[in-house]
Amino acid sequence: MSASGPVAPVAAAAPAVVEIDKLWSVFHTAGRDAVVHQDLNLRIEAGEFMSIVGGSGSGKTVLLRQILGLERPARGSVTVLGQPAAQLGSEGAASRVGMLFQHGALFSAFTVLENIGFALRELGTFPAALIRDVAMVKLQMVGLEPAQAHKMPADLSGGMVKRVALARALVMDPPLLLLDEPTSGLDPDSADGFVALLRSLHRELGLTVVMVTHDLDTLFELSTRIAVVAEKRIIACGTPTEVMAHDHPFVHDFFLGARGQRAAAVLRQPPVTE
Amino acid sequence: MTPDAPRIERISAPAGTGFRLSGDWSAARLAEPANWASLQSGLALGAAGQALDVKWDLRDLQRLDHTGAQVLWNAWGRQWPRQLLIEPAQRAMLSRVEQYALPPPVARRTSAWQLFLALGALVWLLIDHLRDATRLLGQLLLDTLRLLRAPAKGPWRDVSGHLFSIGATALPITALLGFLIGVVLAYLMSLQLRQFGADSFIVNILGLSVIRELGPVLAAILIAGRSGSTITAQIGVMRVTEELDAMRVMGIAKGYRLVLPRAIAMALAMPLLTVWTSLAALLGGMLAADLTMGVTPAYFFASLPRAVQVSNLTLAMGKSVVFGVLIALIGCHYGLRVKPNTESLGQGTTASVVTSIAMVILVDAVFALVFKDVGI
Repeated sequence: MSASGPVAPVAAAAPAVVEIDKLWSVFHTAGRDAVVHQDLNLRIEAGEFMSIVGGSGSGKTVLLRQILGLERPARGSVTVLGQPAAQLGSEGAASRVGMLFQHGALFSAFTVLENIGFALRELGTFPAALIRDVAMVKLQMVGLEPAQAHKMPADLSGGMVKRVALARALVMDPPLLLLDEPTSGLDPDSADGFVALLRSLHRELGLTVVMVTHDLDTLFELSTRIAVVAEKRIIACGTPTEVMAHDHPFVHDFFLGARGQRAAAVLRQPPVTE
Repeated sequence: MTPDAPRIERISAPAGTGFRLSGDWSAARLAEPANWASLQSGLALGAAGQALDVKWDLRDLQRLDHTGAQVLWNAWGRQWPRQLLIEPAQRAMLSRVEQYALPPPVARRTSAWQLFLALGALVWLLIDHLRDATRLLGQLLLDTLRLLRAPAKGPWRDVSGHLFSIGATALPITALLGFLIGVVLAYLMSLQLRQFGADSFIVNILGLSVIRELGPVLAAILIAGRSGSTITAQIGVMRVTEELDAMRVMGIAKGYRLVLPRAIAMALAMPLLTVWTSLAALLGGMLAADLTMGVTPAYFFASLPRAVQVSNLTLAMGKSVVFGVLIALIGCHYGLRVKPNTESLGQGTTASVVTSIAMVILVDAVFALVFKDVGI
């Protein structure tokens, strides 16, 4: 415990929130090894909204699982908030990293409010009334009505499941938020609403966000930087405009197809002022 | 650099007393029992009377998250103190809590009327179970007729798969338990019989009890626990993953493809397992009788047909078929009633096993009453 008294809150050069160094991800399947990542490097700074894109099966979700410590690096290292990712899953992980799983992964036996407050309840110290208050605030921060608090996950729509899962991921205000396909399975209206929510939370709470997505609209709306995964490594990393200018067949197909052109139109418009 | 533990200090400035907060007021640090306990006394002091009149200084806080803000907000009685020294970011955090804070819910008391309603709901649940069970049984009869009309188109592949998993893979465990029960029974009875010099009656007692009662019931209870739970879990997971809905959309009858094969496999496997379990129990009993009383296996074999009429075996087989179909139907019944969540799946599986074991014993008692004049 450091001494009390005035101390400089931030060190001179802030360390990266996520630092991936020469990562190898290998899966052992019957008889042969499948190499997903090979010498992959990636650095994510505090406050960024980093999107990871790539073709199906290129290892985007595996990369996300590596950052979460759910997979083990075969070689290389993954450092998250100054700790090896493998140590993330220990007690109190919810205060360091929040994860929004693709299908929400809500605990089906709990109500919405219990789901949101679960990490706080597991700490074992806070009285039930306080946990309820905190969960209620988070519930409304993600744009849900207090009346939804006592529903079961099975009774929620897809958009509501994502919002509850987001509230659950944020309940302990972790500095790092990971999103796996946040808008998949949502209708365009809910998807737009969810994107707006993510943008405002990113700004208000000063979160560092890492997102895996296929949805080009979401990608261009939110990302401050984009990392393209292909050929088992990051082939391009930079602001959306920089990445689109990158000369690589995959980048070309992915961003400059008809869908990409339409979605990228947002980049040419003046930024929305709110 | 680890931030300091959350702290609250009383300050006495010339302008008046107040409180100064410092350290890391985030959920993880607040939840450390020592921190939480020390803060409670400080906050209680602040909240005791004039929380709003004293000065609150938040400028030394290293971190304040929503949980910390909520703790403060509650200590302030859910309103802003008049004298507050605060950073803009902290004010934003507290404003968010203020915006979304709700009054605590009013605790509802259960009245007699609600208890009465709960009782009514229980009755409806029972009726619902009975209706579902009747429907399942009726559907099974209809499906059996359909199978008899076109046997070639039956789900035989499923039947043989279930026959293997319910019957063949249960052989070792049923044999072991049957053998042990046989040994224990014969040993205990030999102690009693020897007092009367009625050693040779071990064959009658053991033969009759094992073949007529213990074999079928023991096998049925084991299979109810082993395969009844499997059936419920399999069908329940199919509900959770929407496989049942997918089958329905494709026009595949779940009764014909899920219930019928399991019922047939159970009806075939149960009598065979009963014979197998009874044989193991008789073997165990025979060995124990030989060792404790010197009743030779040769004598055992010779006198068993005289002691136990063949009708007992027929009765046991008949009972086993009924037990098998019963276990399969109860397993399917609870499996089909599972709702798409994990808790319901667990409850369904438990209820399935408990109900099928209870029903096996109940039906066995009915058989004992109805056939009390047969084979004895």
